[in-house]
Amino acid sequence: MKIAVLSGKGGTGKTLVSVNLAAAAEESVYLDCDVEEPNGHLFFKPGNFYEEEISIKIPAADEKLCSGCRTCVNFCKFNALAFIKDRLIVFDEVCHSCGGCILFCPERALNEKEKTIGKIQKGISGQVTVNTGILNTGEASGIPIIKKLLDENRTNKEIISFIDCPPGSACIVMESIKDADYCILIAEPTLFGVHNLNMVYELVKLFHKPYGVVLNKCQDGENPAERFCNEKGIRILGRIPFDNELGTLNSNAKIAVRENEKYRTVFLSLLETVKKEVRHEAAVNP
Amino acid sequence: MKQLLILSGKGGTGKTTIAGAFIKLSAAKAYADCDVDAPNLHLIMDQNSEPGRRDFYGLPKAEINRELCIKCDRCIQNCRFEAILMNEEYLIDAFTCEGCGVCEAVCPVGAVALKPAAAGELMLYLDEGKIFSTAQLKMGSGTSGMLVTEVKKQMRSAAEDAELAIIDGSPGIGCPVIASLSGVDMVLIVAEPSISGISDMQRIIKTAEVFRTKAAVCINKYDTNPANSEMIEKLCRAGNLPFVGRIPFDPEAVKAINDGLTVVDVDCPSGIAVREVFNKTIKLLFDASTIAADI
Amino acid sequence: MKIAIPVDDKKMEASVCISFGRTPYFMINDTESNESIFIDNSAAASQGGAGIKAAQLLVDHKADVLLTPRCGENAAEVIKAADIKMYKTMPGSARDNINAFTEGKLSILEEIHAGFHGHGEK
Repeated sequence: MKIAVLSGKGGTGKTLVSVNLAAAAEESVYLDCDVEEPNGHLFFKPGNFYEEEISIKIPAADEKLCSGCRTCVNFCKFNALAFIKDRLIVFDEVCHSCGGCILFCPERALNEKEKTIGKIQKGISGQVTVNTGILNTGEASGIPIIKKLLDENRTNKEIISFIDCPPGSACIVMESIKDADYCILIAEPTLFGVHNLNMVYELVKLFHKPYGVVLNKCQDGENPAERFCNEKGIRILGRIPFDNELGTLNSNAKIAVRENEKYRTVFLSLLETVKKEVRHEAAVNP
Repeated sequence: MKQLLILSGKGGTGKTTIAGAFIKLSAAKAYADCDVDAPNLHLIMDQNSEPGRRDFYGLPKAEINRELCIKCDRCIQNCRFEAILMNEEYLIDAFTCEGCGVCEAVCPVGAVALKPAAAGELMLYLDEGKIFSTAQLKMGSGTSGMLVTEVKKQMRSAAEDAELAIIDGSPGIGCPVIASLSGVDMVLIVAEPSISGISDMQRIIKTAEVFRTKAAVCINKYDTNPANSEMIEKLCRAGNLPFVGRIPFDPEAVKAINDGLTVVDVDCPSGIAVREVFNKTIKLLFDASTIAADI
Repeated sequence: MKIAIPVDDKKMEASVCISFGRTPYFMINDTESNESIFIDNSAAASQGGAGIKAAQLLVDHKADVLLTPRCGENAAEVIKAADIKMYKTMPGSARDNINAFTEGKLSILEEIHAGFHGHGEK
């Protein structure tokens, strides 16, 4: 069972929910796909037993074979190549690793070398296997890292996994939810929250993923996000009240379900609801 | 035109709430929303007219002409991004396509071509002498940095005589933030007093340093964690960064936002605090003696 | 010697463009003949790597000196590899800067800024 947790914007509670659901379960896998700003590990503080660098392929020229024809320079749509004083210069950070230059070089003068763009870490925190993806600052795309994180988890069918997605609805979010069996959308009870919820709602529909909403930071009075869900017929999986204590625990990077029974109850109940939804979906839409 | 940018690093800290208040307080004639992934500013600025709209073209994307396609499979074999799908017909997954042109070049019959693809939409509101520039990036698009640049360009060309421009920035530390920073006179960093908030604040300060932009810090929702708030102030002192104030968590703020208003349109504690932060920030912005190093 | 300057318009009185990679035009002044030509900057519309492409353009036009207000690290790498010298412009027109350069009033451009990753502004 693979559950993706997403929201239109940062700060709504993706990490709060995914970390606590993972911690509440008997045994689980947590995957931090927010590779630009991974925060899950700050809560789990996992003992890491494994680390792997992730790299992409960048071209390098064999000067003896290069004839200076500039086929590669002219082909590159990203302007990652320049030919100066009989030497080819490759700009690593601009290169998208498409392989075109290598393919089309008439002299076969280009080869590939590996460039590290980030890493993945695996660790244990209680009964949770914590997988963290980290993109090095300055690198363009975290997609290869997310791909690796999810690839490694692909064969896992028995242990429930929680995918903490990047905020927004850009290509890295799409990559993160590709494998998910179910998507939990987190929404804040504000006008901004609804606008952002709508974005991820459109996204999960586009990808035909079953979904439900968790309303976070609920207070008394109007909840525009709840109204939105009712209008669109979106299932509300649970409501987490705005709670100073919860907020403080979270801002101190403490896992609520491990600190206080009352939160354990809240998240266990949410977990059961989610599991029921997933099983229902699997039965109705195999 | 003096440009003030509001950033936070972490999402959800209150950038837009503060930007909206600043715009009202300064009666700025020019403002922009650079959070093109999830623009929110327009929800609390009352626009009275429809904006001018135009498409934003990002990376060209590949398209397969089914009539010419001979299903030789060469495109799929050479696509590094797994952006070509085969389901009776060969189809390009526009969300994954990076516009590299390899498929176009390997196709033996010229059935694949790169075509301009709309990656978003730019909007320009012109209302009673005020210019509001914003945009929405289409789902799955990767060129948010370029669109941010367009939003700022659009604002500047429409509001050449404006004295002050307020720019609501995007969260994170990546390309859209770098694009927002380019050319602004000052950046106000809104910090959240949480461990992740502090970590992200430090990354954004580093990013702003590269651009030698004048920077100041304020704390939003400071009372949710006074200890962490103390830490932020300490970090500012240690790094010689002007600290321009703290704003309390305020349920009245949420109510105001939900009514489509800014926190200074209603009488509330956060509104009073934001006014203080505004006064200090504007003073720094226009103070000639604190001009950042000229590039 | 050939001196290149990024300019906002195709005339000697044009202001120097604040961006190198995305300037609309370059002026190339030949000090021997004292003739200036204006070329379109094909890099301006690029998604990314504009500085690199613009620098390659100048190398191909055999520029010896570049006068510019600023330069990104990728473009700088190309310029340096080509042994082109970079000087920092002063406020004023392209003509003002050519004169200032020939009078030895301009200083070498030292500060190179980090790449904009494809999102630099004009």
